[in-house]
Amino acid sequence: MSGSVSNSASARRAGERIREWVPAVVVFALGLAAWQWLLPDVLGVEDFLLPRFSDVVGALIDERNLLLRGAWITLKEAVGGFVLGSGAGIVVALVLARWRPFGNALMPYLIAANAIPIIAFAPITNAWFGLLSPWSKVTIAAVLCFFPVLVNTLRGLTSVDPESLELMRSYAAPEREVFRRVRIPSSLPYLFSALKVASVLAMIGAVVGDYFGGSLEALGIVVLSAVNLSRYSTSWAAILVASIMGIAFYATISGIERYALSWHPSVARRGS
Amino acid sequence: MAVRSALRRVVVFVLVLGGLWALWEGYKWLWERTGWTRPFRVNDLTLPHVHAILLQLGEPTSTGDDLWLYLAHSALFTAKSAVVGFAFGAVFGLVLGVVLAQFGVLRRGVMPYVVASQTIPILALAPIVVRGLGSVSIGGAPPPDWARVSVIAAYLTFFPVTVNTLRGLLSADPWALELMHSYAARGWTILWKLRMPSALPYIFTALKIAATASVVGAIIGEQTASISNGLGGAILNFNQYYVLEPANLWVTNLYAALLGIGFFLMVLLAEKLVVHRAPEHLV
Amino acid sequence: MSADGSVVSIRGLSKVFGKGGVSALQGIDLDVARGEFVSLIGPSGCGKSTLLRIVGDIVEPTDGDVTVNGKSARRARLDRDYGIVFQAPVLYDWRTVAKNIALPLEMLGWDRARRGERVREMLELVELTGFERYHPWQLSGGMQQRVSIARALSFSPALLLMDEPFGALDEMTRERLNMELLEIWAGTGSTVIFVTHSISEAVFLSTRVVVMSPRPGRVAGVVHVDLPQPRTTVTREEPRFFELVTEVRELLHATGADEVEETLATEDEIA
Repeated sequence: MSGSVSNSASARRAGERIREWVPAVVVFALGLAAWQWLLPDVLGVEDFLLPRFSDVVGALIDERNLLLRGAWITLKEAVGGFVLGSGAGIVVALVLARWRPFGNALMPYLIAANAIPIIAFAPITNAWFGLLSPWSKVTIAAVLCFFPVLVNTLRGLTSVDPESLELMRSYAAPEREVFRRVRIPSSLPYLFSALKVASVLAMIGAVVGDYFGGSLEALGIVVLSAVNLSRYSTSWAAILVASIMGIAFYATISGIERYALSWHPSVARRGS
Repeated sequence: MAVRSALRRVVVFVLVLGGLWALWEGYKWLWERTGWTRPFRVNDLTLPHVHAILLQLGEPTSTGDDLWLYLAHSALFTAKSAVVGFAFGAVFGLVLGVVLAQFGVLRRGVMPYVVASQTIPILALAPIVVRGLGSVSIGGAPPPDWARVSVIAAYLTFFPVTVNTLRGLLSADPWALELMHSYAARGWTILWKLRMPSALPYIFTALKIAATASVVGAIIGEQTASISNGLGGAILNFNQYYVLEPANLWVTNLYAALLGIGFFLMVLLAEKLVVHRAPEHLV
Repeated sequence: MSADGSVVSIRGLSKVFGKGGVSALQGIDLDVARGEFVSLIGPSGCGKSTLLRIVGDIVEPTDGDVTVNGKSARRARLDRDYGIVFQAPVLYDWRTVAKNIALPLEMLGWDRARRGERVREMLELVELTGFERYHPWQLSGGMQQRVSIARALSFSPALLLMDEPFGALDEMTRERLNMELLEIWAGTGSTVIFVTHSISEAVFLSTRVVVMSPRPGRVAGVVHVDLPQPRTTVTREEPRFFELVTEVRELLHATGADEVEETLATEDEIA
């Protein structure tokens, strides 16, 4: 008897979930239809602005080798930069949290540094590592990740409840214990939110970094050369590939977050 | 009291700049002395002296103006595109955010895509957009260069502002909402007097990100479309002749950095004025 | 413990915050004997929380002497002679209930088996057996405070410092936890210094109630609570209880504080 009650309850919940997604699906279908027919045929949008959806898919299939090779190169650059930049950001955040006066004094400068157009340095990193080297793009991606991860992690490490610190003081805990047991775990939500942002930035750094020149096969160069040759479907196909990679990278970090933060009320409650 | 803290800020500023200078010149000196090639070989081409870069500001360029003036014009061009795009993107983003907050069906339909836009490199669209618009005819002629570039700044601003406006509007304290209902306040009043003020911190967070993104977008847009007037164009130009005069490119980056920071600071200032309190992370 | 058997001994204690600023405490003299349950009560600004923190060496005094367990407050803290409970439970979300209680034991270097056993004992003490693997946010406020108390007692300190631990809880939970606290106190034989805003709570729990006056913080008077032990739910209904409550209330009144009116209102509701 209780089995049938819970069955209908979960069926109702499933029904609700589906109903929630219906508008999004409708919009998706409408958008696709507009892309395929409304824009080109009715509104006369030209190829060089936005090729038909079927053309883009066609280019995706035709040029799949080229695109896959480009995707792989760009992915390596993005992940490499992400790991380097985020890693450095975390290390420096730990140092600055340990020596607070420095951290406090530098905070405004770190925030300002985040506002610098780092990608504009791509030609310089090309001069350092050579146009064709992946390291120039890795550096750009790394620097792009460094500041947001540093600022957010530092904020997380230092936003500890004062009573928590009083408790630690009552335990006569040395600073490194306070770090290990309190500051670091409580900074994890901040860290992951920064890592998600960094994953997007690393992707941008890798793809757009190539717009200043790069290895002939990288995704960014594929976009540029396709545009130069007026092969717009190919350029959009490359962007599509880059977007899918971006979403996948972000989703991976999100997945890791859900695992690492399984204790956090916001994450744990989502499951129920 | 205030004088002392202002003095301390100046001292910190000088110390930070001095520290950076020391790091730069120290690194250069050490790497050149030892001849290390990792991570990259250091010489006057790859890492010019700081003073060499600064002195370059006074050098004349092919246009007749000295470098500092030439780049000032470029920066202004880029700034124009960035600001106009930012403004349009912000306004559209705010409007869409408000609309989505009011109409749940629309929200559920559109939100996944707006959020997804946050995870894809939409900056990568820059060359396609700018080149494409160059072939479009509006009233008999293609739109001016700066306008084409501003479109990028616009869409880079639009998406984060929409997401954050919506999040902010929906974040209103449920108790405050009940209070409003008890006053028999209706839709627009609630929006204006409660939801909007609650949304402001979120909106400004997005605007600060968008400020930098607009400048980046403008530079990338100019550069990939070979528009010579702005900083992007200057980068393209000086990159070509990097071997002849590396300092030019470095100075251009300096201007780009200052433009990015300047724009960010202006939004910060606006936040301070509008929200009537110090932005949280500078406290 | 010092020669005269007091766990805490305070002489001429003063605390001034900031340069030329607020005088939080002035000329405090207080002795707390072993096994006592002493409440500190007074309106806002009387320095009771500050006094508690000075005993725990969390705040440094400006002047005067504090002896805890025969040592300086600092030494007592380093020797982990006391446990502390705040108004907020201050539990860590990333640790289970069991691990939260075990935290000070981990820091003391106890091995896993010993920790596990002590955690089990503590959970029994606060009647939360079975909740080992829960996370703090899955528990009610009252349950979280019980975990906090279990944690504070886990390493069997001689002294327990409590800063309005039940202040955020509703009346019924509060009364139940009062009883539990008394049982724990009787069972462990520890000494308790308890800060509270509630007159009835102070009288019900304590052997002595220290009334403080504000601006600057001073001891206005001390009320000896001669109600029989162990206290029960019936104790609150005895005439002597009301007499003592009135005595404390009048001392508070004499401090001239407005906040007494608020405390009076709450007391009237119960009475």
